[in-house]
Parts: sequence; structure tokens; C-alpha cells
Amino acid sequence: MNVLRPGSVREALGMLADEPTAIPLAGGTDLLVHWPANHAGRDATYLDLGRPGELRAHHWTDKALVLGGTTTYWDVIRDPRSARDLPLLVDAARQVGSVQIQARGTWAGNIANGSPAADGVPVLMAYDAVVVVQSERGVEEILLSEFYLGYKDMRLAGDQLIREIRVPLAARTGQRFEKVGSRRAQAIAKVGLATSHSEDGWRVVAASLAPTVRRCPSVEALFDSDGAAGSVEDVEAALAADVSPIDDIRSTAEYRLRVAARLLFFGNA
Amino acid sequence: MSVPHRSAGDLPVTGDTIAIRCLLNGVETELEVDPGERLLDTLRYGLGLTGTKEGCAEGECGACTVLLDGLPVNSCLVLTFQVADRRVETVESLDEALLAPFLAGGATQCGACTPGVVMTATWLLANRDLLSSHRIRELMAGNLCRCTGYDGIVQSIERALGADERGDTE
Repeated sequence: MNVLRPGSVREALGMLADEPTAIPLAGGTDLLVHWPANHAGRDATYLDLGRPGELRAHHWTDKALVLGGTTTYWDVIRDPRSARDLPLLVDAARQVGSVQIQARGTWAGNIANGSPAADGVPVLMAYDAVVVVQSERGVEEILLSEFYLGYKDMRLAGDQLIREIRVPLAARTGQRFEKVGSRRAQAIAKVGLATSHSEDGWRVVAASLAPTVRRCPSVEALFDSDGAAGSVEDVEAALAADVSPIDDIRSTAEYRLRVAARLLFFGNA
Repeated sequence: MSVPHRSAGDLPVTGDTIAIRCLLNGVETELEVDPGERLLDTLRYGLGLTGTKEGCAEGECGACTVLLDGLPVNSCLVLTFQVADRRVETVESLDEALLAPFLAGGATQCGACTPGVVMTATWLLANRDLLSSHRIRELMAGNLCRCTGYDGIVQSIERALGADERGDTE
């Protein structure tokens, strides 16, 4: 195992330019699961993000919350402004693993790990978050809802680092996060849903229902059309057009679609 | 104390070693570790601090909980080099008096989860403002216990919180 240990973002970007196959490492809560048995993982080169202090802090502007590249779930949970202005971030963060995971896991890591069952990604996407990626070639801003190209495939080149995540503040008239798991803590989502409503219309985001966390344009259009969906069946039909759930170790396609449609209908209708 | 340390014999060597310093249980400590070595293994096999237990190796059970810069983390999910220039506290650092409510309250039976439980509980007791936003059960959800059914753990923490308010330690 080879570890590159930059002391600053600038140094990190230089190392990534030289070695674009190096994997950025922040909290390590995904990478290190069953680590002693992960022989392939130990053959890789990692870029440790623990030292560049400028990556960790989050800050508020008059228009947005700006999460740093290594801001943790716990950092957001413990900022009293989060629950007031962007409550879904706190709702989702508190359902990530346990405090031990929340203290280490990062929002950018959740995005870059690319799990379809991510807890942090759906709420960021429902808030129209923008991913700011940086390399020696420059800075690029990508809407999180346009970030994923397929399963674990995303618009992040080997030399690029997630520098910030910008979460816009807006007057939201409704917002919910729903996670269905086997238990309340330490569970991976069978179904995850984040919804929000503002003057820009509805955002409906599904997790564990497709190869990536994704927005559901048909459900959004249905909700936008008259502010309330007609029936559970209407919502289920719209959702079925947006997602492609599968049977796997955690749940079944049928369960996922039925439960998600009902949570959406009864939660937002 | 300065403890130059190399990986114990049966841990895999995966690359060139990394030399770090950290504040371990209040003592400035120098370590030289394999980059792939977990904090849990450094503590147990490198330093002989075997109070920290390995349960699941996947960040679920919390038996390996230590405090990193004052926050509970799973030491099975931290590489040792990541604690460079940071502060680590293990169960060996605790004052025995702090454990009294747990012993009295049926918070421990087989004992496998107990080192982790008391580390998270110690953090909670030192940060009681957490209870304005969180319930004890949510804060303790990262420490699984197969014996007690949790009531003894939660009640012991409640008792410890109350004892503190009364200014005694029983």
C-alpha cells in the first residue's frame, strides 16, 4: 500500500496530476470495512486528505452552505444552523451508521463513493447541491443531479478532487427525508427518499432504487402539475418510469417500488 | 514516553513504513507503522493496549471504539497513520471510578462490548449538551450488546448523569 500525504490542497492536486489513479482517502469508513481481507485494496495508492486543514471547514454565505472536501456528517450535525436552514442534512446525517461513523464519514466521500444506497447524497441532491471539483487544469462546477453517469461512474476525473459542495439556501415549503432500513441505526437503506419543494418546484430524489441516486422527473412533474398526486397508483406509475429497482441481499424490487410510492404519496400528497 | 514501534509479526507488511507522532492517553507517542495498519491493531498488537476489542471489523459493533480528538470512532476503520498529530484515548485511560455506575447498573455481562460502551458513554457524559438534541439510545446506537438488552447500559448512563448533577460519584 502506497500513501501520498500532501500538506495542502495545492500539493494534493499536484500529486493527483502525477498519479491520477491514486484514490483520495478521507474518513475511510467505506474503504476500511473488512480491511484485513481486502488484499486488492492494499495494493492501491491512496491520497490522504487528513492534513490539508483548508479542506475540513464548512462555512455559510448569504446564499449557501459550503461544505469542505473533508467536512464530516458530525460537523454538520453539531452546527446549530444546519437544523434550522437545511434540516434534511441533519436528518440524513443522523441516520448514517452511528456517531462513530458520523464522526469520520464525509459528505464528499459519500458522493465519490457513488453508492446507490447513499444517505447523504439524496438530501444534497434534493437541495440542488453543486459539486465543485478542482484539478491543476482548473475548477469545474457540476450539479449533483448531473454528476452520476452510471453505477459508480461519475464526472470526476482521476486528477480531480472534490474541493467543495455548495448547498443553496432557499425558502422551502416542504422537505422530507425517509430511510427504510432493517433497523434505525447501523443499517443500509432498502429505500431512501428526499423531497423538497420551493418556488423552483418539487425535487424528488430516490436512493436504492436505481444504479445511482437520482432525481425522479416523472414524480416531480406529477407533484408540480397540481400540487397533489391523485392516487397512490399514479405515484407508483410515475416512479416506475423514473427508477429501476432490483432484488438484492437487502430487499426486492417489488417491495422497494411499493414502499417508495407509498412514502411519497402519503408524505407529500 | 516515546515508543518506537513496528508492526507485530503477523500483521501484513504492505508498503514503506510511516513515522508519526500522536498524543495517546495523554502521552506523546512516536509510532512507525505500515501504511495499511489499522489503529485497532497498533493498539492491541503493537502497544499491548488490549482493552480495545475487535468485534466485527466493519464499523458496526463499536467494541473497538476509541476517542479521536475527543470524538468516538471505530478504531477498526482508522488507519494508524491517520492519527498523526492527533489525540487518541483508549479504555486504558479511564478512571475506574467512572466505571462504578456501569458495574452497579447491570451494564455489563460477558464484557466484550464493555470497553467500547464505556468509551462512548464517557464522551456522552463529558458532552451533556448533546442531550438537548439527541437521546441516549441514539448516541449509543453504535455500540452493540448481545447480553444486556441495553436497558442496563442506558440506565447506568442516566444514573451517572444524575450522580454528576448531585456532585457525588455513586
